Amino acid sequence: MKKVSVCFTLNGDSVTAEVPVTWSLLKTLREYFELTGAKEGCGVGECGCCTVIVDGDAVNSCLYPIPEIEGRSVVTVEGIAGKEGTLHPLQKAFLENNAVQCGFCTSGMIMSAKALLDKNPDPAEEDIRTSLSGNFCRCTGYVQIIEAVRRVAKGNT
Amino acid sequence: MQDFEYLMPTNLDQAIGLLKKYENKAALIAGGTDVMVKIGKTRKAPDVLISLRRLSALRYIKKNGGYHIGALTTHRMLEQSTLVQSELSALHDAASQVGSVQIRNVGTLGGNICNAAPSADTAGPLLVLDATAVLEGPLGRRRVPLKEFFTGTYRTVRKPDEVLVEMEIPEDLGRYGSAYWKHTRRKAMELPLIGIAVALKLSQDNSQILDSRIALTVAAPTPIRAYPAEDFLKGKVIADDVLKEAGRIASSADCCTIRTSLRCEAWYREEIVRVFVPRMAKLAAERVKNR
Ligand SMILES: Cc1cc2nc3c(=O)[nH]c(=O)nc-3n(C[C@H](O)[C@H](O)[C@H](O)COP(=O)(O)OP(=O)(O)OC[C@H]3O[C@@H](n4cnc5c(N)ncnc54)[C@H](O)[C@@H]3O)c2cc1C
Ligand code: FES
Ligand code: FES
Repeated sequence: MKKVSVCFTLNGDSVTAEVPVTWSLLKTLREYFELTGAKEGCGVGECGCCTVIVDGDAVNSCLYPIPEIEGRSVVTVEGIAGKEGTLHPLQKAFLENNAVQCGFCTSGMIMSAKALLDKNPDPAEEDIRTSLSGNFCRCTGYVQIIEAVRRVAKGNT
Repeated sequence: MQDFEYLMPTNLDQAIGLLKKYENKAALIAGGTDVMVKIGKTRKAPDVLISLRRLSALRYIKKNGGYHIGALTTHRMLEQSTLVQSELSALHDAASQVGSVQIRNVGTLGGNICNAAPSADTAGPLLVLDATAVLEGPLGRRRVPLKEFFTGTYRTVRKPDEVLVEMEIPEDLGRYGSAYWKHTRRKAMELPLIGIAVALKLSQDNSQILDSRIALTVAAPTPIRAYPAEDFLKGKVIADDVLKEAGRIASSADCCTIRTSLRCEAWYREEIVRVFVPRMAKLAAERVKNR
């Protein structure tokens, strides 16, 4: 099996990985780096459970060929809390608003929301809905999730 | 998973050189939102994948002697472009509804067109904007009007060693307005059950239709123009019954070969064409006035 060696930034650290060229970013994160926050729901871009941020944009890591990550910067849900383990405002808001039930969609939801808020700290509800439209949740009914993101946007967490 | 080699050229010449070198062993990949799904589903891959992702010189939206949109331009860039929104409105309607933000961040206009799905969202808008595909291969560049580009479902006139470089849209859109309707059951993450794009050119007083173009997706094996309906509208004074008749013609066998599929029955698709051609024509006309 052909392997590829890639250097990139992962949650702020410079890293190198040597993995099969056929692997996706998702598989590399989960199986090489053992970062299991990003989940595989569908593997074909439909569910958003695998969402991570690459160079500032939310992407489906299941569709991201690993060679493409060379030189880029990746942020996963493991990289957003503070150094001492203080939760990111979105993580706190998800907990406090009951925006999590089984939790399978949560890391993807949070990364999509973070990508939005990093670019637009004060989005309209419509922008929040658009940004989360590629993230499926089979438990919560979405309302609490949107509310959680809105709270962070307003700064009243 | 079948093994493959993954090459990342950084300019067009390199990409074309690699295509030539590996001939039918290689395939291009841009955003990969079609290619990676196909590889994942079939567990089969070409021996060599040639990525266009580092050809950043092909990511642009420009206006000079017409509009030029680089093949590597993402749907997200089109969605966020105020130029596209105000002057190429139908394309904006379409690009901003492709998949999800995650898909739009990586999926490209060139990939959407070269994949040539009958449901490709940007195909209808580009057809009514009278776009031309600019292809480049080892023998140089050639230009193919988009209306001659699609040869079948997932098939185009592109030769295996050619790269789609950009889409060109002619200038003089001053009196044109355009709109696209993606008919779906959900608000996001769905392919169109039927897609309807309309562009109209109106007289100075906005009363008369000087030119009209109508395109349909999922209405035939390829995205198509509805020429008889277009011809009917040309020169007419804009009015409800006129637009209604254009809708009837567009939904008839004179224009399309609508079929029943797993996702939708034929009669319903025909109804949607009949109802939404007039609505999109009205929206296109509204947009001429508001420009
Ligand atoms: C979850 C999901 C939702 C989707 N939703 C939609 C939707 O709503 N509407 C829609 O229309 N599509 C949708 N798609 C399909 C896909 O995202 C689009 O067709 C997208 O525009 C493809 O672009 P890409 O850059 O990812 O193409 P790729 O997958 O990289 O390539 C697609 C094809 O085009 C060829 N190609 C790409 N660029 C060039 C070029 N410059 N020159 C020559 N050949 C080239 C490739 O060889 C390949 O055959 C969806 C896909 C997914 C996974
Ligand atoms: S696992 Fe990537 S979108 Fe579902
Ligand atoms: S909390 Fe279970 S899928 Fe969202």
